[in-house]
Amino acid sequence: MEHLEFEFNGGSHSNTVRPYTVQGVVSSGNLEVLIEHKDLNGKCRFSIDTAAEGFGKTWEAVISNFMEKRQPADLLVSINDYAASPDIVSLRLDQAYEAISGGVK
Amino acid sequence: MTNSRKASRLDKLDAARRITLNSKVVQQENIEELLSRIITSGNKVCIEGDNQKQADFLSRALLGLDPDKINNLHILISTIGLPEQLDIFETGLASRLDLAYAGPQGFRLARMLKDKQLEVGNIHTYNELYARYFMDLRPDVCLLCGVEADRHGNIYMNGSVEDSSAIVEATAFQQGIVVVQVNHLVEKVRRVDIPADWVDFVVETPRHNFHLEPLFTRDPAQITESMILMGMMTMKGIYAKYLPRTLNHGVGFNTAAIELMLPTYGEELGLKGKALTNWVLNPHPTMIPAIEEGWVESIIPPGNELGMEKYVESKPDIFPVGADGSLHSSRLFAQLAGHYSADIFVGASLQIDALGNSSTVTGERITGFGGAPNFGCDAGGRRHTSDAWLKAGREFNSCGLPRGRKLVVQIVETFQQGLKETFVENLDAMRLAAEGTFPLPPVMIYGEDVSHIVTEEGIANLLMCRTADEREQAIRGVAGYTGVGMKRNKAKVAELHQRGIIQRPEDIGISKLRATRDMLSARNIKDLVRWSDGLYEPPSRFRNW
Repeated sequence: MEHLEFEFNGGSHSNTVRPYTVQGVVSSGNLEVLIEHKDLNGKCRFSIDTAAEGFGKTWEAVISNFMEKRQPADLLVSINDYAASPDIVSLRLDQAYEAISGGVK
Repeated sequence: MTNSRKASRLDKLDAARRITLNSKVVQQENIEELLSRIITSGNKVCIEGDNQKQADFLSRALLGLDPDKINNLHILISTIGLPEQLDIFETGLASRLDLAYAGPQGFRLARMLKDKQLEVGNIHTYNELYARYFMDLRPDVCLLCGVEADRHGNIYMNGSVEDSSAIVEATAFQQGIVVVQVNHLVEKVRRVDIPADWVDFVVETPRHNFHLEPLFTRDPAQITESMILMGMMTMKGIYAKYLPRTLNHGVGFNTAAIELMLPTYGEELGLKGKALTNWVLNPHPTMIPAIEEGWVESIIPPGNELGMEKYVESKPDIFPVGADGSLHSSRLFAQLAGHYSADIFVGASLQIDALGNSSTVTGERITGFGGAPNFGCDAGGRRHTSDAWLKAGREFNSCGLPRGRKLVVQIVETFQQGLKETFVENLDAMRLAAEGTFPLPPVMIYGEDVSHIVTEEGIANLLMCRTADEREQAIRGVAGYTGVGMKRNKAKVAELHQRGIIQRPEDIGISKLRATRDMLSARNIKDLVRWSDGLYEPPSRFRNW
């Protein structure tokens, strides 16, 4: 197991339609993402527990892209991962963000 | 000028008839003796290893021949499906091989090739190999596989005709000898698929059941959300845009997902009746819900699919069914249909490079080509038009002579199991060519033939790319977090996105929250049985109830 933490300066979107959401399940090649709305002075924090060690750079790339694309603010994101591929991580983040922000058209 | 092929045929028949007592029917115990009288050293022997059916009894009998007396055979076979078909190269009976596909025997073939236990002439596509049977690879003997024979030699093959029509014509009319193994000798065959005049010998097999692989059965239970997302993108971003009526789906879970979403997402998109009506396809069980919901006008199958027989027989308007009520198939005609008259091919691959070339050769395995290169290419000889073909052509050729264009779509997940990257800078196929194993890298579909690549990240429309660099960046721009994807030129990819050459799910209004298994009209094999009203009888390995 490896624990990773990332913090990013948030963007302009801090509106949420619900306090939290969970997407996905922890199973082989999959992961669960919990997103909570939290006052972090506009920042977003990611706390990751993963079964696949040594992929810090890839996590950073996936999360940076997510931040760049969605521009969210004040989110606490907790992830339990069982060696999901980066595209599945990205899918779950997008799904969770859609659910908490009220959806992308 | 002597007629030596004819003379050799007559000599062999003379010798053979002494053991069959002038009958076409060979007793099981005499089969090796018969083969040893009709096969001579250096002969070209065409064995019916097809994509699905395998002449298992005759393949084993061939292995029993004495390599001291008969050797250097040149084996012609479209699909190596059984170990016996490679064993004959180890015993020394055969030395040269021309083939199209070696799926299950691919690892062993690669090893034997490396150890120089055999010589491979070429790896072909199906129709290419059949074509050569009429040119420079004329069979001296063919060993076929059927369901029933009568004592005159009429053969019934059910839905599993597959390659037989091509092989038998090439052999019977070029002074070769035709031997057919059948499950049953009968008084009267159910239907004549091969007329007695073309057949020299028949033999009933002890197992009464030739080897048949259920290659096209995909359990919906294994379809993941990313496959569903990619399927939705393909349906909305490509099917709904071009509205192709004629199509071929490759075998795999990505296209199975689309088949299962026709009655759900396809219905919502309003595609029913406007697109996807005429198919080249084996009888995929995952097509049952769409057929039941009235999506399909016709399906021409290259072969059969185990368990689908009764269901197919209940749909004579859709499947090619004979007056006797059972399916007929032809790989030759199905391949021609897929090549010349399908507006779109949708398939998958194991490796794609940054130029869009794809290959199923990975590591130490040689699978061969089968039919995908004929399906997955723009047919240069096509002259008939259709709306989808013209629309794709306009997109591709914005100036110059107006042309049509086939849509060739590759749907791939950026990563496969074990975090193996689908996108690579160099195909493993390139290495095989560099090592001298093949004169050309065994590329399945050339990049220039591909019109769209669909991944979880988006759709790359390669028809709209105007330079080689744009093409490469469009591919990198959907290659996700693979090495190829990470090396994208971000500014260029943003520009391609702006121009609609790259589309993300949100660009075409697809919510990722909807990409769940609820989209599937059947979620497991049992659901398919229910959809079929109990007519689909899945092989036991797919039953878990």
